[in-house]
Amino acid sequence: MRFVPHFKGYDFFPHGTHINFMRFRDICFWGSIAAIVISIGLFLGMGLNYGVDFKGGSMLEVQTKSGEAADIQAIRGKLGGLGLGDVQIQAFGTSNDVLIRIESQPGGEEAQQVAMRTVIDALGDGYVQRRVEVVGPAVSAELRRTGILAVAAAIMAIMAYVWFRFEWQFAVGTLLSLAHDVLVVVGVFAFFQLEFDLGIVAALLTILGYSVNDTVVVSDRIRENLRKYKRMDLGELLNLSINETLSRTILTGVTTIVVLIALFIFGGSVMRYFTFAMLLGVLVGTYSSIFIAAPVLEYLGVKRETVTGEKAAASARS
Amino acid sequence: MLHFSRVKMIAILLACLVSMMFALPNLFTKEQLASWPRFLPSKQMPLGLDLQGGAHLLLAMDTEELRREWLQTLRDDARRTLRDAKIFPTGVGIAGNQVQVRLAKPEEADAAIRELRKLIQPLGSAMLGTSGEDLTITRGGDGTILIAPSAQGLQQRVIHAAGAAIETVNRRINALGTAESTVVRQGADRILVQYPGLTDTKVLKDLLGQTAKLSFHEVHPTMTAEEARQGRVPSGYRVFAASERGDEQGVSYLLRETPVVPGENLVDAQPGFDQRTNEPIISFRFDQAGARRFGRFTQEHVGRPFAIVLDDKVLSAPVIREPILGGSGQISGSFTVETANTLAVQLRSGALPVKLTIAEERTVGPSLGADSIEAGKLASFVGAGISMIMVIVAYGTFGVFAVIGLIMNGTMVVALMSAAGTTLTLPGIAGLVLTVGMAVDSNVIIYERIREELRAGKSAVSAIDAGFTRAITTILDSQLTTLAAAIIMFWLGSGPIRGFAVTLTIGIFTSIFTAVTVTRLLIALWLRGERAKAGRIAVPI
Repeated sequence: MRFVPHFKGYDFFPHGTHINFMRFRDICFWGSIAAIVISIGLFLGMGLNYGVDFKGGSMLEVQTKSGEAADIQAIRGKLGGLGLGDVQIQAFGTSNDVLIRIESQPGGEEAQQVAMRTVIDALGDGYVQRRVEVVGPAVSAELRRTGILAVAAAIMAIMAYVWFRFEWQFAVGTLLSLAHDVLVVVGVFAFFQLEFDLGIVAALLTILGYSVNDTVVVSDRIRENLRKYKRMDLGELLNLSINETLSRTILTGVTTIVVLIALFIFGGSVMRYFTFAMLLGVLVGTYSSIFIAAPVLEYLGVKRETVTGEKAAASARS
Repeated sequence: MLHFSRVKMIAILLACLVSMMFALPNLFTKEQLASWPRFLPSKQMPLGLDLQGGAHLLLAMDTEELRREWLQTLRDDARRTLRDAKIFPTGVGIAGNQVQVRLAKPEEADAAIRELRKLIQPLGSAMLGTSGEDLTITRGGDGTILIAPSAQGLQQRVIHAAGAAIETVNRRINALGTAESTVVRQGADRILVQYPGLTDTKVLKDLLGQTAKLSFHEVHPTMTAEEARQGRVPSGYRVFAASERGDEQGVSYLLRETPVVPGENLVDAQPGFDQRTNEPIISFRFDQAGARRFGRFTQEHVGRPFAIVLDDKVLSAPVIREPILGGSGQISGSFTVETANTLAVQLRSGALPVKLTIAEERTVGPSLGADSIEAGKLASFVGAGISMIMVIVAYGTFGVFAVIGLIMNGTMVVALMSAAGTTLTLPGIAGLVLTVGMAVDSNVIIYERIREELRAGKSAVSAIDAGFTRAITTILDSQLTTLAAAIIMFWLGSGPIRGFAVTLTIGIFTSIFTAVTVTRLLIALWLRGERAKAGRIAVPI
């Protein structure tokens, strides 16, 4: 290893911090509950702006053949009178790119195809098709169902794992923080009426993975400290554990966010909402593991006998 | 934790080397790879349709139609079976989801049921221990007998039809060219067609959008369709409408329901031009049995019309001028060159067992695919580059070790995907980039732990040792929970979610391996070098 230069890393973060996270416990706890309630309200009140995946209908991305900027007004004129109901036309990516959305047509699978053909014919020769998505009513209903199922199943599976590896109190904290993360992201998408499609569901699932990752790292430390400091006040102990893992929480969070920002800027317009959801989720997920998952333990209390007894013996064996 | 046996060390290095070899082909073009020596791996990651451009069509079979057709066949079979047994019912009809037989003499019920039971076909195989019957025959009220298809029976029909449909779809698509298209069954009643490199799907959809069931029917000698509609349609006959593409729109014909020659007897169909009118036509040829039957029929019916029926619509009803004995003929029907071509392909490849509708379509043009690849590449390099710089700045020399681990991680994901032939999609690229970001986490957990142990006053060796030992449980816990999410994504997700889940899953395994093995080996080697020197070891972290 002579070829590797010897140099010390720059330790960004102050160590041995004593930030009293538990002091914000009540504010954060009720704040989070409020955020959850508001998100559910937004979801129910405003609804989500579902993409073709979930709503059914068609989407067409076209680009001018000439390379000149697309004339959205002209397209609107051409497609407005076709009698296809709600047809949305918007600029997308570069100025010569246009995204056209056609709402789900009554009359089942075949009606969607007919509508798409009508639009393509009406557009004429000046445009080249970049992307076509047509989702019929049967498939969109199915995607909606499996999407909800996937998120619920993932939360359950993660909770079961945490329950198995830790104590039930940890599982409750995890469940609350995961539900919080998903609902807040959904709430933001409802508030800004951002398009919600299959990609966003994938993002939600990844956010779950990331958030629980964070929660588990903190929980691991809490468990370790429970064994180490048998007489320490629980609130103090939770504080200590969060502080001890703070440098890793921040460094990992920042790296992930940097990668996501790179994806957001350079990853192309197709993935933009996906990366946005991820960015939001990483922020919310980091918050929730510190301010929701840990404080819940103080509310519920953790029986130290079980933590220090059985599990310590188990880890001693391994 | 820091001792590696020689065997283990060699195994790790070998694993790295092998994955580098498998990942390498992705850096070259296909042409360059063609000239590689045989013994080197030359498989690239297959690109998803969203990256290389192409069409993805999910076709749904009309199971309702299958059920309806089955009931019709059952009705006819029941009628025939009873007639053969000299039992004459007052009516055999379809009522809802079953065939209802109304007997003239109720005392014949037992005999009738015995005869009808011959229609039942066993399902499943005795060897597998599955069994059942495709029909249930019960006695209804007031002298009726009910024949009801069972759910399993319908299911089996759907499975058979799907198999037949896939073959037909395959034949039709192959007629389009030699692209590497795939046709697979999805679920019980859906067929997924993936056709790379196709932007305008109109031709493809036209080819698949029609059942193309062709048959030749006898026209009722005296009665017209109008008369039949006003009075009673004679038994064995049915009113057929004229095809929209023919000349005689709005006209209907009264035809014998059972065809003279069904479409299965067709062996060839080619588009061509009529020699006199220069109109596009389709010339066809029957097999021997078909030719014989058609010859006999035309001999007996000279001077009378017969009807060519396509998908229950009459294409044309020409008058037989002379017996057609050669077993070949031509169909005209106001075709364009294009529609004649399409129909010829459809006839050659055989009829679809049931109509297919497009339940989902996703088409990506090659230009968007290329843009996505470029964007993905740029984002990956920038994202991975920045996170690597951050790791080096934060952890110095150990950071360099971690970065080597990260690069190895990326290489292994690519190698595994290439070797296993896992498709790389656009969400997959996002998964790959995210894996790098999350793999950094394992290193951060380990290094922060080492720092903590050092601050607690431990020596370099024991701090490093403790850092790895303690961090491993945390890493496993955190990665396994992410794995749970990824597996569920794969299980329940479709299309884009799946591509993402696959790369994420592979990335989780490789990142555990590289963080706790490759990086650890590098640090162990470094430590060995430091120990050889005199003096206290300073951990460059």
